Amino acid sequence: MSAVEVEGQALVAGAAVGKVLRLEEPLSFWGGVDPVTGTVIDRRHPRCGESVAGRVLVMPYGRGSSSSSSVLLEGVRLGTAPAAVVLRELDGILALGAAVARELYEQSPPVVVLAPADWAALPDGAEAAVDVSGRLRIAG
Amino acid sequence: MPAGAPPETLALTVRDRAMLAGDCGEAAAVAMRVLATMAGVYGAERLLDIEGAHIDGCLYHGDSGVDFAELLVAGGARVRVPTTLNVGGLDLLHPEEFAGTAERRAKARRLMECYEEMGCRTIWTCAPYQTTPRPAFGQQVAWAESNAIVFANSVLGARTHRYGDFIDICAAITGRAPAVGLHLEEHRRGQVVFDLRSLPHALRSAAWLLPAIGYLVGERCGNRIPVLLGLEQAGEDGLKALGAAAASSGAVALFHAVGITPEAPTLDAALGGEEAAEWIEVGLSDLRAGLRSLSTAPGVAAVGIGGSEDDRLPIDVVALGSPHFSPREFAEFLPLVERHPPAGSVEFVVCTNRLSLGELERRGNLERLRAHGVRVVVDTCVVVAPILRTQAGGVLMTNSGKFAHYAPGNVGFDVVFGSLAECVRSAHGGRLWRDPELWP
Repeated sequence: MSAVEVEGQALVAGAAVGKVLRLEEPLSFWGGVDPVTGTVIDRRHPRCGESVAGRVLVMPYGRGSSSSSSVLLEGVRLGTAPAAVVLRELDGILALGAAVARELYEQSPPVVVLAPADWAALPDGAEAAVDVSGRLRIAG
Repeated sequence: MPAGAPPETLALTVRDRAMLAGDCGEAAAVAMRVLATMAGVYGAERLLDIEGAHIDGCLYHGDSGVDFAELLVAGGARVRVPTTLNVGGLDLLHPEEFAGTAERRAKARRLMECYEEMGCRTIWTCAPYQTTPRPAFGQQVAWAESNAIVFANSVLGARTHRYGDFIDICAAITGRAPAVGLHLEEHRRGQVVFDLRSLPHALRSAAWLLPAIGYLVGERCGNRIPVLLGLEQAGEDGLKALGAAAASSGAVALFHAVGITPEAPTLDAALGGEEAAEWIEVGLSDLRAGLRSLSTAPGVAAVGIGGSEDDRLPIDVVALGSPHFSPREFAEFLPLVERHPPAGSVEFVVCTNRLSLGELERRGNLERLRAHGVRVVVDTCVVVAPILRTQAGGVLMTNSGKFAHYAPGNVGFDVVFGSLAECVRSAHGGRLWRDPELWP
């Protein structure tokens, strides 16, 4: 299979590469991710125990806590944040954490929204690259 | 690289631009930069004036939150609108309740001080809507804290988008918020109807079940706006419990309870005159499923199935008060706990705010609760700060959907959800007690 490219909308622009961690179910970062380790700690979440650190985190949208922006920011500070966040629907709280990380630490994972069909086709575990225009490239 | 120029599609006023340029101080410039970036994220074409804010960013999650607050304080930040504070990472009135390290306690305290220095009101509660003054119907505000957002929108009819930590204080400092989402009438229409009318009357009017209803609503509707049809009656404490659960399992920021909440006098009004995108008939099995997902302790099936296999499960901790207990909830709780005080082996904590604490003290009830071994914690709560003394790994019982959702991940306890009376009786016996009368 050859490489696939899809156009997304960059909510917070940036370039990143990493392996896709695909969550079918939304995740609240606060109460859902330990910022010290990057591990998913929401015991009701199907991917509990996996690490988001350095991954291209694919999820439909965020749920739950307002503090998810804080947990993403803390993950950026500690180096445990995802490499990129790829959403199906706009999520202001995760984009906020990324925007403040850029303000404070001059770095953050890009946050991108894809069209639902493109989002649905992203395979778990694939190598993915996000560029500053919001384009996503999946290795073949 | 800090956020650059504001998006071209965003029309800023002269005053917005002055703030952006640093004419109102460096903190206002930072705040306006974050707002402009977020307005771009949301696709907002303008900002709007807000009349109040509620800040969630005062809770310590790590040094980054302190870094941001210190940046604002150093830049001369002052809030421009009446602004209240959510829970912090520490009970300032009873600092001895903090079970974490001295370093973490010092940082949590410093973060709280930063927000106080910016001119916020130090109410330290996740139920700001049960203090006064509270936002009026139709008023534009910028609130963070998921349960407070849903209450402000749904029960008070105030208007806030679903905001997270940091944009809350940026809105308070500038008095502005992106004109998007739930700030605007056209985005407040209900989308998914949860039809409860086929449930027995006794269940539709049962306050203890509202967290389970909220939990299943959040799970099924995700980030859409739910309409609840057939809820018999629900007071403010019930609606707060329902909203907090829905905002935990889902991304619910507004619900319409037909005949109860202000924007939903009728189903038609709740739907804004349009068709529902989805219609979900909620039956007894759905309700049981909602109850099951609230409990994680092994062997716990569901509530109200008297004499079931789970009724000898040892209970280590009972935690109440998420969102913070109101004076009315204490009034319901007091006679129960007088009759069945907790066993010495069970850690019993109730989280509340200073307003409720003051009322308990005035009536002499605080001493009575303490004499029964009940700890009353203010300014914070057991899932956001190290408060519990019992070693993680045991079983925590609660009547709160929000505690039930977050306790396993945040503090490492399995949870059992039950009614208030079930929590009290279970603590009394040290083992799970189920009320056979609850389920018809």
